[in-house]
Amino acid sequence: MNRLAQLTALARNTWRGLTSMRTALALLFLLALGALPGALLPQYSLNAQRVRTYQAQHPILAPVLDRLGFFEVFASPWFAAIYLLLFISLVGCVVPRSIDYARQLRRAPVATPRNLARLPHHAVGQTASTPAEVIVAARRRLRGWRIAEGEEPGGVRTLSAERGYLREAGNLVFHVALLGLLVSFAIGKLIGYEGQVIVLANGSQFCNSGSLAYDSFRPGRSVDGTALTPFCVQVNAFRPTYLPTGAPEDYRAAITYQGPDDIAPGTWHPYLLKVNDPLRIGGTRVYLLGHGYAPQFTVTFPDGQQRSAVVQWPPVELGTMLSEGTTKFDPPGITDDATRRTGQLAITGLFAPTATFRGSLLSSAFPDMLDPAVAVDVLKGDLGNNSGRGQSIFSIDQSMVDSGRLKQVARQNLRPGEQLTLPDRTVVHFDGVTRFVSLQVSYDPTQLWVLGFAMLILGGLGLSLIVKRRRLWVRVTAAELAGTVVELGGLARTEAAGYGEEFERIAADLLPPGRAQPPVPTVASKAVISKDGR
Amino acid sequence: MLINPVVEYYSDLAYGTALVLYLIAMVLHAVEYSVGRVPVTTAAARVAVEGNGAVATLAPPDSEALRGKPERVGRSAVALTGLAVLVHAGSLALRGAAIGRVPWANMYEFISAICCVAVGCWLIALYRQRSAATLLRRLGVFVLLPVVVLMFLGGTVLYARAAPLIPSLNSYWITIHVSAAITATGILLVSGVASALYLVGAPAGSRIAARLPDITTLDRMAYRTAVVAFPIWTFAIMAGAIWAEAAWGHYWGWDPKETCALVAWVVYAGYLHARATAGWRGSPAAWINVVGFAVMLFNLFFVNIVVAGLHSYAGL
Repeated sequence: MNRLAQLTALARNTWRGLTSMRTALALLFLLALGALPGALLPQYSLNAQRVRTYQAQHPILAPVLDRLGFFEVFASPWFAAIYLLLFISLVGCVVPRSIDYARQLRRAPVATPRNLARLPHHAVGQTASTPAEVIVAARRRLRGWRIAEGEEPGGVRTLSAERGYLREAGNLVFHVALLGLLVSFAIGKLIGYEGQVIVLANGSQFCNSGSLAYDSFRPGRSVDGTALTPFCVQVNAFRPTYLPTGAPEDYRAAITYQGPDDIAPGTWHPYLLKVNDPLRIGGTRVYLLGHGYAPQFTVTFPDGQQRSAVVQWPPVELGTMLSEGTTKFDPPGITDDATRRTGQLAITGLFAPTATFRGSLLSSAFPDMLDPAVAVDVLKGDLGNNSGRGQSIFSIDQSMVDSGRLKQVARQNLRPGEQLTLPDRTVVHFDGVTRFVSLQVSYDPTQLWVLGFAMLILGGLGLSLIVKRRRLWVRVTAAELAGTVVELGGLARTEAAGYGEEFERIAADLLPPGRAQPPVPTVASKAVISKDGR
Repeated sequence: MLINPVVEYYSDLAYGTALVLYLIAMVLHAVEYSVGRVPVTTAAARVAVEGNGAVATLAPPDSEALRGKPERVGRSAVALTGLAVLVHAGSLALRGAAIGRVPWANMYEFISAICCVAVGCWLIALYRQRSAATLLRRLGVFVLLPVVVLMFLGGTVLYARAAPLIPSLNSYWITIHVSAAITATGILLVSGVASALYLVGAPAGSRIAARLPDITTLDRMAYRTAVVAFPIWTFAIMAGAIWAEAAWGHYWGWDPKETCALVAWVVYAGYLHARATAGWRGSPAAWINVVGFAVMLFNLFFVNIVVAGLHSYAGL
């Protein structure tokens, strides 16, 4: 029994400690502190390449940081621990306050204190009206206030008025909406997905048939990549416009698309896809994120067979769109694997949309395609793409070059229509260039919920910061000879700022202009008078 | 969109003029600050304040005693600041006219706009408490100092020629999101200065403190400005999220700038809570406010310049 009492006491104290404002504040700062490495260190989810670079630069520190989850802060257990504790703290704060607020709403304003002169705001005056008239006038003036009437011995009548209940309502709405936003965010991360895909702007199509259709796919935890909203996008043309300085001015992709209902009848809708203006198909959005160039090569093998390939070469210099990549070929008609692995070709090198040469060194002068050229190395041998290891389509496996199984057989600069001949009479022809666009497909069904909660957060915040909770008391006493003595007292329950003026206005309305007392002393002047001893 | 270099030139000229005017105003404020007499009421008010933080106390200065040459210098400093802020706003307007877009798309323009808001906010605060203007004016030198430093950095190291927007910035959200961020940052600068001076003034007997307004005035100024700025900052983050949804494919991607903005938001939320929590009022709360502005500055400079993220193009 005693043990049980101890346990409940421990639980109660833990709960109290967790839900206290101090703990909430400490957790808030922990959250801020914990989020900082997420902004300062490279993150896997944002740019895995940069994480690897960082790891290479900091061989001692990086493994420790990695172990602690510093490269994936927002998915790390300790970050989750902080926000879950904050979450509990928030619930523990909001629930009792809501109950308290509901009680307050039903309760009448606090009875009039005995000595109104001790309140921060105070005024006294005498009128010719009767007490009843004064009460009626006060009630009329205090329209919108919650009012309770009281009586004191000796026929003294009082009014207690309170206003600004919306402050606490706004406060509660803010905190509840914050919880709602976090929950919606989390659900969205569970059931949403994002995928990126590169599509050639020559009438190529992309269909949202499954995660395999993407170049990279980031699913939420409960997304298996099968039941995606079916739609297709066909990219017909891409047109960037540039300023003379080379700064991009506008990107547009002319596309046609089929929504889920259009696929069976085969209807296509035209759409102009622009930056900042995604295509929205139901809850799925298609974005134009970037673009680049895909050179086309045709290889004529010594036996006369031809193979063509268009592979995207991603930009390495965004300002000039100088691009770098690799186009790979298998020799045709060779079934013996060992033989095939001596005749594979890789065309690697640079592509410049507007070529300038320093000597024979190619660079790009302008991002638009005004005078394209490639500077290529042709390598022949074993590409190593049967090694079982994944291989980037953008580069060759350097270890195959180092081990001598892939050898450079030519190096040359080519313009569209030009070609080079390898020692074995294989001809590599640079046909031309196709533009590509990189598209992102996003699906997050809870984002409207998040928006709604964000609005509530803003509204609640506004209310809780603008509305002032304040109280006003009126004491009406019949004067000895004739008329009525009216005494007012005011107290703002929150930040005192600003109530003084309103109180003075009310006092001016309720008390006659030529009242006996000097004008209401404000808080400030009272304090000074008392301190200076004047 | 073609850029009008003549208008751009006049915008730069106005920027420089505003900077010089701020500098002169700051010097005048400094003269009043160091030569002007220590207000009598401050010490008394400080006692009143320390006793009960909840009661707002503002001692009206003994205006007869303070009136004199230093006072006239201070008044002209404020007048000069008013003139400077007009010239400054003119510089921004001309910049906008030269480019045909909102003038806050790179760090030079962004900082210029922040400073303009900060000085505007300072003048409004001064006007709203004009009964205590003589005292409050002593803050002038401390408000103008960061403004002058920021504008100097903006006009030299970070200066960028007028240029049209790159495609991803070319959206009406730049007007909404960035202007909210600018307004909030500008106001929070004033708030941060007030809290920093609170911390300087809080220890009894410090000589700097004796010439400052009493710490309650500072605390209240810091709080009132933060209360105005916090919802605006909240809105700025939300507007940014809405824009990100249209531009980057997700409303929240933990981009360094976003993360840092959220960190600042959390710190300011902490500040507002701290002021309502026993044991955190006063100096701890002021520290939090100062840390909050430090995060804002960090977000403005370090994240833009050093950390690579999606907001980087807004940098230099």
